[in-house]
Amino acid sequence: MDFGTIVEILDSAVRLGTPLLLACLAGLFSERAGIFDIGLEGKMLMAAFFSGAVAAVTGSAWLGLLAGVGGSMSLAMVHGLASITFRGNQLISGVAVNFLASGFTVLIAQSWFQQGGRTPQLSGHARFEPITLPGASAVKDVPVIGPLYSNLISGHTILVYVAFAMVPLTWWVLFRTRFGLRLRAVGENPESVDTAGVSVIRLRYTAVAITGVLAGLAGTYLATGLAAGFVKEMTAGRGYIALAALIFAKWRPVPALGATMLFGLLEAISNRYPNIDLGVVTLPIQFMQAVPYILTVVILAGFIGKAIPPRAGGQPYVKER
Amino acid sequence: MVDVQANEAGRQATAALATQAPAIELKGISKAFGTVQANKDISIRVMPGTIHGIIGENGAGKSTLMSILYGFYKADAGEIWIKGQRTQIPDSQAAISAGIGMVFQHFKLVQNFTVLENIILGAEDGALLRPSLAKARKELKRLAEEYELNVDPDELIEELSVGHQQRVEILKALYRQADILILDEPTGVLTPAEADHLFRILDNLRKEGKTIILITHKLREIMEITDTVSVMRRGEMTATVKTAETSPEQLAELMVGRKVLLNVTKTPAQPGKTVLEVENLRVVDEDRVERLKGINLTIRAGEILGIAGVAGNGQSELLEVLGGFAKGTGTIRINGEEIDLTGKHSDGQSRRRRGISHVPEDRHHLGLILDFAAWENMIFGYHKDAAYQKNAFIMDNAGIVKHTQEAMERFDVRPPIPTLPAKSFSGGNQQKIVLAREIERSPALLLVGQPTRGVDIGAIEFIHKRIVELRDEGAAILLVSVELDEIRSLSDRIAVMFDGQIMGERLPEETDEKELGLMMAGVVN
Amino acid sequence: MEKTPKWVDVALIPFLNLLIAFVISGIVVLLIGEDPIKAIKVMVSGALGSPYGWGYTLYYATNFIFTGLAVAVAYHASQFNIGGEGQATLGGLGVALVCLALPWPHWSVALVAAMIGGALFGAAWAAIPAWLQAKRGSHIVITTIMFNFIGASLLNYMLVNVLRPRGAMDPATARFARETYLPTFHDLPVIGQFFSKSVPANISFFIALLACWLVWILIWRTKLGFEIRAYGRSESAARYAGISPVKVIMVAMLISGGLAGLMAINNVMGQGHRLVLNSVEGAGFIGIAVALMGRNHPVGVFLAAILFGFLYQGGGELALETTIPRELITVIQALVILFTGAFDNMLRAPIESFFVARANARKEA
Repeated sequence: MDFGTIVEILDSAVRLGTPLLLACLAGLFSERAGIFDIGLEGKMLMAAFFSGAVAAVTGSAWLGLLAGVGGSMSLAMVHGLASITFRGNQLISGVAVNFLASGFTVLIAQSWFQQGGRTPQLSGHARFEPITLPGASAVKDVPVIGPLYSNLISGHTILVYVAFAMVPLTWWVLFRTRFGLRLRAVGENPESVDTAGVSVIRLRYTAVAITGVLAGLAGTYLATGLAAGFVKEMTAGRGYIALAALIFAKWRPVPALGATMLFGLLEAISNRYPNIDLGVVTLPIQFMQAVPYILTVVILAGFIGKAIPPRAGGQPYVKER
Repeated sequence: MVDVQANEAGRQATAALATQAPAIELKGISKAFGTVQANKDISIRVMPGTIHGIIGENGAGKSTLMSILYGFYKADAGEIWIKGQRTQIPDSQAAISAGIGMVFQHFKLVQNFTVLENIILGAEDGALLRPSLAKARKELKRLAEEYELNVDPDELIEELSVGHQQRVEILKALYRQADILILDEPTGVLTPAEADHLFRILDNLRKEGKTIILITHKLREIMEITDTVSVMRRGEMTATVKTAETSPEQLAELMVGRKVLLNVTKTPAQPGKTVLEVENLRVVDEDRVERLKGINLTIRAGEILGIAGVAGNGQSELLEVLGGFAKGTGTIRINGEEIDLTGKHSDGQSRRRRGISHVPEDRHHLGLILDFAAWENMIFGYHKDAAYQKNAFIMDNAGIVKHTQEAMERFDVRPPIPTLPAKSFSGGNQQKIVLAREIERSPALLLVGQPTRGVDIGAIEFIHKRIVELRDEGAAILLVSVELDEIRSLSDRIAVMFDGQIMGERLPEETDEKELGLMMAGVVN
Repeated sequence: MEKTPKWVDVALIPFLNLLIAFVISGIVVLLIGEDPIKAIKVMVSGALGSPYGWGYTLYYATNFIFTGLAVAVAYHASQFNIGGEGQATLGGLGVALVCLALPWPHWSVALVAAMIGGALFGAAWAAIPAWLQAKRGSHIVITTIMFNFIGASLLNYMLVNVLRPRGAMDPATARFARETYLPTFHDLPVIGQFFSKSVPANISFFIALLACWLVWILIWRTKLGFEIRAYGRSESAARYAGISPVKVIMVAMLISGGLAGLMAINNVMGQGHRLVLNSVEGAGFIGIAVALMGRNHPVGVFLAAILFGFLYQGGGELALETTIPRELITVIQALVILFTGAFDNMLRAPIESFFVARANARKEA
């Protein structure tokens, strides 16, 4: 395996890891505020469809982005309504959100485009195009640094850079701002927030809305950056992998980057080498695909450090006795 | 600096106003939950710079009243006046701005936050944390010096003792400029030494002109620290008096509505052979805190051993280990036979087979399944008994319902309807269901925890009578209660527990409340 | 006293929730430019209007009874088993291995063996998440989701690399021997005369009915059911009563996984006659909706399974006869889960307070 191949695989890992990263950070906001979210998959799918559809019709990726975020947000609000206002079961709500997206997107796609549940191919400005960072072509031929900069770091769409920028931003918001303090508090012990005179409901809705935006970006990237258009069920379990990454990262932003990029790398490797021959055994592609899930189970089992979710997670806040 | 001066000026202004108007005045507050009238037409006046006690039994409506004052519940009727001004308190934010701070019985702290983060939560100065944290750190230092409120600002809450956590709650209120402080049952979770320290803090706060409302059901605390005291009973305010002009006896009578001395008619015990022997019993909890530090005790057939003590000194753990659902080390023998202490989950059932019955302290979380019907609760824990099975696979539900019906009538459970879920019975009737289940097996050893907690007076007498009857039938009984009167009137011997140890044993006729109280505080051995 | 009439809880509220789900689905149909009334007509005639339709409706319902019961049993132990899909997938593997292993002389013998195989594989796939929950406190919802994916990968591997006959292109096992084919409704005495040859509903339907009855006995008539329900309602009280949480979680989840795995006698042995990728077709997830609708009671599960069987078959007809894709069913399913599950309090709170107020008014009068 030469250096060029490694850079290519890493580059592919970044592309594949980006939607996971955005979705993972999306889940982080919600779950840190005490709202479990197994509906990331549905929100991403909804965003993928609406961004793809609107981009196809208007020819603008940016309008697509807006529509994608809107689609994701509508499901986020359904989840908020169920979990916060009606104090329902957050897991059941998440399951419902996933199915809603899975059915609704195909239904509308078929009705609008009659292409068997997909949107037309996107091209030109309907897609987010790669950005060449300054000096990328100049340093191209410098050994090591050249390919790393021009192929790995440069040449991604704006959403990839946004995703990476979201990591320090999330960290900063969570640990350095008033909002972050309250958000973490409401996920640990909502009574502490309530008795301090801060609205639990408003905080949690805000968190769920941020989740909607970030999951919207993740889905938009799938349809308008990674691929060229929406295809039925195109999230293909990425929402669950993001959830797995969130647990893997123990609900912290910087490890979330590591976890999602690791999972992106696994996908990139298995795309390139379906069967990996380790001499003694051959790892089949199916195993590579299952690795994120297996790793998450191992983490959940507490064999490599215990993953402790936010303490108030999953429980609706009831003030009355 | 400007800020501090403004605060200073404000404080003086309030102090000046205080000489004229009460810090808090409640006029005709009423609140109902469904059909239960929790507060009925309550009026009180609390003068600034005083400590006002509110005393009453569990369920008398004290906490509801304070929750209204703190904006947690909205009163159905009545007015709240703060410092001479009619004030609306729709939520906690309004209470905080009115200068009210509340220290709840169960602390409202974020366990994995530092002290400092907890202090500023909800009272941050701007969108960024750094300046708020710096300011709080300075303020905390000042408050610590002024009121003996020392806590390390960078320690995580989960690392702090209960007493220190309570200090954080008080600091939270003071940081929010509270000059009216409400404390709800603050000593329930404290060791005597921590309680003493708390009272010193409260005294300092009073000297600084703060107004304090202390909610408690402990007469001793009222007498020790308050200036005035109000007594609540069944949602009503029965009296407000100056502490100096009253006595514990008078307060107790006001609380209960009659003389408290519980009259249990019983003959002297006729103890038989030893039923329970406990040797060097130790329990270490999940946080690796030693809860029982080598308990030794014996109970013979036909006698009641009462365990007195402040809640949280190991009594619950003692019951749990004996009842077979917690781990321990040491030796426990029942009728001479040693029993397993490894905490296997089947232990609960093997204990029952050996004739140990257990009326647990907490009937809502342990003794009953509130969603289950009375008949299901009547066999709970004994559901594997052959008597309740139709054949090897199927339970005899009809037979169980019939058995329950009869048991409910014998124990005067009202209404005697076996199919009603446990949650629709009153506290007293729920307790009678548990009691019927446990007593009717004629156990060799009965463990009873807080048998009359949250139970009405009528049921208390009934329950006490049944416990004594069981003793007279030859059962050994271990009674745990935080109500000293109950211990004194029921027990044939009294053991006092403090800090996971037995401080000593006394005969009820040879001791008095004072001596027992000192032992409970860990003073006399 | 907090008391609402029982019929409100078991009939009125589920009915209203269902109604809302259908009304919203109708609006969606309107939105995509179709006529909801016509859609209902097509669905009813397609699913219930002929023995052929019933043959499919009951076939789907059989799947959903198994997976619905699976969710319900786990739920009584307060375990939310989202892993029905994976457990049914593995059950399919179990059934296929049994069917291919021996030259079975008669379907009845093969069925007994296949039931054991399917249930064992399904239970095994539930066992690891159950054990992790019971012993290590790992959240069972997350682990069962993960096991759905791991199961899908495992099946994929088995079909592509192990079970695929030499030379075959598609990832599937060989066709089972004729002797293992289960009698369809057409083959059965009496009812056989109503059904044409080609319906997929088969004798598994009656096994599903039997499973309903056995689950009812288990939950409400046995010591084990008593312990499961007790633990599900109050973990602390169960500990006090000497009920082992590990035992309850393990047993309930093994039964749950076994029931999900049993589904495979219907779709794999009764209908597919070979194991293909994604033979479960989401039935594991529909089990969640079915259990929610049916209030985790076998009778409710049965009725809800019939309803979803109708939706499934009707949805298929819809896709054939109109331009409405069958994904409409997924939307309806989602809305049923949403309203009967997550939005339950939306109707429940006002309806209950209405009845409480009425009861109080009567008491005072």
